[in-house]
Amino acid sequence: MIELKNIEVTFQNEENSVQAVKDVSLSVEKGDIYGIVGYSGAGKSTLVRTINLLQRPTAGEVFVNGKNLSVLTSDELRTERKKIGMIFQHFNLMRQRTVADNVAYPLYKSGLSKLEIANKVDELLKLVGLADKKEAYPSQLSGGQKQRVAIARALANDPEVLLCDEATSSLDPKTTASILDLLKDLNKKLALTIVIITHEMEVVKEICNKVAVMEDGEVVEQGDLVSIFTSPKEKLTQEFINTATHIDQAAEKVLNHPTLLNLTREDVLINITYVGESTSSPLIASLYARFGITTNILYGNVEILQNTPIGNLIVVLSGEESKREEAIAYLESNQVNVKTIKHNQNVISFNQEQIV
Amino acid sequence: MDTFLETYFPNVYDIQEEIVNSIWETLYMVSVTALIAGVLGILLGITLVVTEEDGILESRQVYNFLERAVNVFRSVPFIIMLALIAPITRLLVGTSIGTTAAIVPLVVGTVPFYSKQIQNALLEVDQGVIEAAEAMGSSPVEIIFRVYLKEGLPSIIRVSSVTIVNLIGLTTMAGAIGGGGLGNLAIARGYNRNQADVTLVSTAVILIIVFATQFIGNRLVKKTSH
Repeated sequence: MIELKNIEVTFQNEENSVQAVKDVSLSVEKGDIYGIVGYSGAGKSTLVRTINLLQRPTAGEVFVNGKNLSVLTSDELRTERKKIGMIFQHFNLMRQRTVADNVAYPLYKSGLSKLEIANKVDELLKLVGLADKKEAYPSQLSGGQKQRVAIARALANDPEVLLCDEATSSLDPKTTASILDLLKDLNKKLALTIVIITHEMEVVKEICNKVAVMEDGEVVEQGDLVSIFTSPKEKLTQEFINTATHIDQAAEKVLNHPTLLNLTREDVLINITYVGESTSSPLIASLYARFGITTNILYGNVEILQNTPIGNLIVVLSGEESKREEAIAYLESNQVNVKTIKHNQNVISFNQEQIV
Repeated sequence: MDTFLETYFPNVYDIQEEIVNSIWETLYMVSVTALIAGVLGILLGITLVVTEEDGILESRQVYNFLERAVNVFRSVPFIIMLALIAPITRLLVGTSIGTTAAIVPLVVGTVPFYSKQIQNALLEVDQGVIEAAEAMGSSPVEIIFRVYLKEGLPSIIRVSSVTIVNLIGLTTMAGAIGGGGLGNLAIARGYNRNQADVTLVSTAVILIIVFATQFIGNRLVKKTSH
């Protein structure tokens, strides 16, 4: 659906040049919700702007729906742009137009009659749940409502692709969730391919099936969501994942807890991760039955990514050392990843090695 | 009323017709200039905005040329401008003296100011909205008419009202080339012949026109902004 080939973007002024995007290639399949995640300044907004050529790449090619956009005349490009919806962090609605007029804006010269446009606008506003705000002006709407109007406007020409540039970054968590739900819904209902730019891994986790991680103009890692989440290769990816699973904060909290600083020789603080069907509770129960090891769960988190559960636990295993080792080996043989956080006052830095 | 005028404004009483004439001359100069300079100024202002760096029709040469021209014309004091462009005035209207002749320098004096004002007004339009319009496949012409002029309308009205007030100020100097009007009246009668009551009345009428312009402007700004 979208194919970026060796995209480079360099911003040049008199004194210096900044390479915002470096040799990025990625492909988005039809029906994907593709997340591009990175800190601010990573070049992700610049990258997404190359998809509809709002930003012309210095080098590289952009294919959308099989068409090489880079070689089109400006007239042809405008026709193609009508088929690529886009929404923005600050909504970018026209303040002097009503909600209905905003949504009708892209339908100008679309060949539809006034009545057809009015019907289409009604339909779109119903789709985003704002049928009653037709005559309101953007200034009368909340942030979430503005983004819904922007989504309706972006969908006016029945695009097959929707680009979202930090679309939820200025919304509160609850509104973010409702906008993401709407996008997920549209993805299913309209078979809409969505590209999401965000600095929040939460957003990616919630909605994307594929993800690319950007740093310093480069895509450092890309793949499907579950494999990225379960076996990240880059440190940056791990960092982002930790922000979404809160495991870092949890580990820190646990470590700062005074009673945990007195682990006896018999105790070990570990982090357990598991993917999919290997559910933890019977395993943990069997640790006692098989090895006489007691397990104290201090923190637990289960994410459901693309219908795959991913569990993260911080537990204290108590028992004889040899038994503990057997227990850990047993866990590992059941596709559970085990990482020691603390043993006998030795804190093993959480970020030093990755959870393999 | 007549006796009141006769007592307190003796000179005004004597030249009532001339005063009415002067008011019409001022209104004539203001409205015709506003119309012509309005069209030219908006065209020039839009050109400045779209050719500016990162504008939708970015062109360094066009922008630099216009920007400098506007700046040069804005720097010439109006009273000198009247004399400076007299030959052009003669070429355009056949004479360089009179109310209609005054309109040429008034336009030349107003257009640079107004275009700069329009440029600033249009720059207030959120750049993100322009980007959104581009992303929706709008052409530059569509963006000018359907985004810039529509979204910038309240600001355009505001700067227009400021410009008209400024223009009223310029018309008072038109007397120097026989343009007539209230400014001329205040100088020729009130000052030169020491008829303070005429100056007072001229001032009052000018102030009424200025306040009316501002009042209408403010109302329209309120009505058009959402």
